[in-house]
Amino acid sequence: MQTDTQNTALKSAAQLPQALAQEPRNPGMPLDLDWVRRMQANTSAIERRAKTLPGRRSVKKEYQAAWLLRAITCIDLTTLAGDDTDARVQRLAAKARQPVRPEILAALGVDSITTGALCVYHDMIPPAVAALQGSGIPVAAVSTGFPAGLSPYHLRIAEIGESVAAGAKEIDIVISRRHVLTGNWQALYDEMAEMRAACGDAHVKAILATGELGSLRNVARASVVCMMAGADFIKTSTGKESVNATLPVSLVMIRAIRDYYERTGFRVGYKPAGGISKAKDALTYLALIKDELGNRWLRPDLFRFGASSLLGDIERQLEHYVTGNYSASYRHPMG
Amino acid sequence: MTVKEIFDSMDYGPAPENAAEAFAWLVDQGDRFGHFINGQFTDAGDGFLSTNPATGETLATLTQATADDVDAAVSAARAAQGKWAALGGKGRARYLYAIARLLQKHARLFSVLETLDNGKPIRESRDIDVPLVQRHFYYHAGMAQLMDSEMPDAEPLGVCGQIVPWNFPLLMLAWKIAPAIAMGNTVVLKPAEYTSLTALLFADICRQAGLPKGVINIVTGDGAVGEMIVNHNDVNKIAFTGSTAVGRIIRRATAGSGKSLTLELGGKSPYIVFDDADIDSAVEGLVDAIWFNQGQVCCAGSRLLVQEGIADSFYAKLRARMDGLRIGNPLDKCIDVGAIVDAAQLKTISDMVAGNSDGETYQTRAQLPAEGCFYPPTLITGLSTASPLMQEEIFGPVLVSMTFRTPSEAVALANNTRYGLAATVWTENINLALDMAPKLVAGIVWINATNLFDAAAGFGGVRESGFGREGGWEGLRAYCKPTAKTKSLSPHTPVTTGKGPVDGLDRTAKLYIGGKQARPDSGYSRAVFTKNGALIAHTPIASRKDIRNAVEAARGAGSWAKTTAHLRAQILYYIGENLSARADEFAKRLNTMMGGRSGHKEVDAAIERLFTYAAWADKFDGAVHSVPIRGVALAMNEPVGVIGALCSDEAPLLGLISAMAPAIAMGNRVVLVASDPYPLSATDFYQVLDTSDVPAGVVNILTGPHADLAPTLASHMDIDAVWSFSSSDVSEVVEHESASNLKRTWVNNARSRDWFGDAGEGRQFLEAATGVKNIWVPYGE
Repeated sequence: MQTDTQNTALKSAAQLPQALAQEPRNPGMPLDLDWVRRMQANTSAIERRAKTLPGRRSVKKEYQAAWLLRAITCIDLTTLAGDDTDARVQRLAAKARQPVRPEILAALGVDSITTGALCVYHDMIPPAVAALQGSGIPVAAVSTGFPAGLSPYHLRIAEIGESVAAGAKEIDIVISRRHVLTGNWQALYDEMAEMRAACGDAHVKAILATGELGSLRNVARASVVCMMAGADFIKTSTGKESVNATLPVSLVMIRAIRDYYERTGFRVGYKPAGGISKAKDALTYLALIKDELGNRWLRPDLFRFGASSLLGDIERQLEHYVTGNYSASYRHPMG
Repeated sequence: MTVKEIFDSMDYGPAPENAAEAFAWLVDQGDRFGHFINGQFTDAGDGFLSTNPATGETLATLTQATADDVDAAVSAARAAQGKWAALGGKGRARYLYAIARLLQKHARLFSVLETLDNGKPIRESRDIDVPLVQRHFYYHAGMAQLMDSEMPDAEPLGVCGQIVPWNFPLLMLAWKIAPAIAMGNTVVLKPAEYTSLTALLFADICRQAGLPKGVINIVTGDGAVGEMIVNHNDVNKIAFTGSTAVGRIIRRATAGSGKSLTLELGGKSPYIVFDDADIDSAVEGLVDAIWFNQGQVCCAGSRLLVQEGIADSFYAKLRARMDGLRIGNPLDKCIDVGAIVDAAQLKTISDMVAGNSDGETYQTRAQLPAEGCFYPPTLITGLSTASPLMQEEIFGPVLVSMTFRTPSEAVALANNTRYGLAATVWTENINLALDMAPKLVAGIVWINATNLFDAAAGFGGVRESGFGREGGWEGLRAYCKPTAKTKSLSPHTPVTTGKGPVDGLDRTAKLYIGGKQARPDSGYSRAVFTKNGALIAHTPIASRKDIRNAVEAARGAGSWAKTTAHLRAQILYYIGENLSARADEFAKRLNTMMGGRSGHKEVDAAIERLFTYAAWADKFDGAVHSVPIRGVALAMNEPVGVIGALCSDEAPLLGLISAMAPAIAMGNRVVLVASDPYPLSATDFYQVLDTSDVPAGVVNILTGPHADLAPTLASHMDIDAVWSFSSSDVSEVVEHESASNLKRTWVNNARSRDWFGDAGEGRQFLEAATGVKNIWVPYGE
């Protein structure tokens, strides 16, 4: 799926997601209910594929180090806590700018890298934007009554506008789960389309809250409806559900993305969020994306990890690769 | 490549498994191996090289067994068998458990050695083969533990000769050895000459487990050694997994020897995808169906049948998936497809594909290693049933495909093959899935999955995929026999001369074919005399054409298998009732023919037998096996199909009914050849059938000399099983001729059966009248 021209362009664009202007945004399409209802997801088969994947793909040594660096550039470094303050966000922003100790990067022969974005609640957008000034790292804001999405509809739409006005370049919206659970695809489509419109030039990530959708079949159907309505990304979870990103859910969503690309020619991004905290898990996710979608999706404009503790484990693995000694978390600046 | 370059390219790099321990083990053994006989390795002798197919490097030198070696192995097994059996199930269980534990403790060594020797990806040997091997020994440790209490009427067969193939060297060894020794048999096993190393490592493990010497013996060598085992006259059972061609040779070679035989042979298993399936999962399933173990899998889903409306998009997705397969060094942990086992096999695959001009051939765009035995995953679409590649087993990573329109057409195409090992069905519609599963002619059906295996579920096929099951309770039947003692059976010969004429009005006995009385095609009849030489009737002499007609009638009565078991029970009761009404007449006929006074006793026993199988008709239940998936493995007892039976001469009425009743109770149709010396009970009996609502063609009765009819019956390709209880010496010819379509056989080897006692009825008959189909149904939403 990846052409040489794209490769070259991507190399020069390095890790700055918003600089990748050559990827056209998904404009959406009319709701195609035939397609939605044809979507199938056989849970047992999907689980088998997911379960055997870590045993089928192995990335070692310098490859592992390089893949882990790639993973860092795809992290939406996230803080979504009730006790967030300006200073807390500033500290995390500093980590986003310099996620790995410079001497480790130097040993790996790699220039500076940054995380994919910084992800915060609406009120934390101004300090985040200020702290990231000049870095090129976008601020993403969770929105629309995150995490439950049950505040008044007009306020949810208005919240998007406020966040965009405050400087968020990416908006992570939550869908109304009840539309999925009742099979009201038209309502889901309309809601998503209006939220996309409200985002304007900001990219929109549709959080499906897959842990609350009841079945993988529903995940598949909600995925295509959101893409039809113009989602730039589809995302698994808020991180607040009892079950967040899993490999089976990811397989279903990225297969839906592949289907959508094959039919429309538009690439939609994927963001698993919640529960990915180990470097090894990150490698498995990258292998899954590579095998099912292709290399083009292994870039921050089309793939993100929604994670807070993943970075720390990756830093330890990288130091181990460089020094040969197992690392300790206190050796790496906390985010 | 530098980290920075990989950061941009995001390629997979090499991830090789370390083979040092495996090489160290080979060096410790001197890189040369003898056989494992009587608990010791023999000195290495003249032999052949074992090579790594991925690199061509020599791994070890192996010894070609001589006749003396095979004799020594069989003698050791014979000497050990009595004591091993006498140890009892619980005593044997401890050894099987110890072997399982040792297999677990040396898991990686076995995996790496298997991959070096066979070329299969380390992922498969590590995650599939070796764990299944352990599971098999654990499971059968349990079977040994339970044998004494759960199988009180079973005893071991004796010495088992076992010949295993190169595609799953250690796993096939486990499938053969575990049930055999659990049931108290001892073993002489020959691994394939390409892949003997893990069998020899296993022998080493047996020593560590303290297994009594002689219980397991391993001899290495080529097909000539297999032949010596097959033909050895002190072996009681042959178990073979391999090609249909060799299976056929073994069937003929063991005919009449009294050896038990199970064959697990080739396949061309259908992989059926309906338009409502989870398409991506069905595409992914094919990776595990036909690119698993480089397609060198007897049950590989090698024949893709796709519903026409989705075929183009399905093929497009499949081709894209094929391009993503990684082919290369089998020891690499990031490889999907490894090396073909040997250059000879690679040539066979290449020649078969090169010789095909039908359809459209697509091969993966993924890169192949420059050296070693590799073949690209291949898809050939647009074939027809007439294309040789649609019918012949390729045994390589080559998938052939065609489309279908309806479920019934899918069944017809799926069953349009000489094989019948496995089948896969993809649909999200449970009605469709569960309707398809019984209709597919196969020993294993996977719903929305493929190549699932477990020790608790029997594995094995029908038609030319062989007979017998490995795994589960059903697999134990291949390694034990009833304890009932038998006596030798002397032939009953017809009285051929006497004085006529018939007393009273002449009554003409005929053949009974398709629910009608029929004159013999030959136009010949034979006179039936009493012992004293009184002429009592003439009976037709059936010929091969009458067998043909009877089989056609039986095949045409297939709807009998689909009737309810309740209805079959009702009809069996009705036959009993009608026989009872004519009991005196039948008793008198028996007394007249045979010259005794036991006619009433036999008629009463026959009526009871009909009632017994009427009782069984709706009670010979299948099982739900406890396999380690979220789902069920349904073990269904299916009728065998059309059964030909040469009936007993000792009890002309009871023997006939003892063969007929279990067969039709289970839904089979039968072609019964009546006792030749005493045929009149059978020809009288068709009048009872006529009045008992038995559908035409379900029971067909022929008369004539067994020795003349047996070869035609046994070689008929539309008969699924032949039983012989005849006192004529036809066991050898039945077994020999059955090789035509590898039908199941059950012969008496000139041993008697107590038709009036326990040996005359029950589970042994019901098991012979059925085959176990394991239907795997994973579930979950």
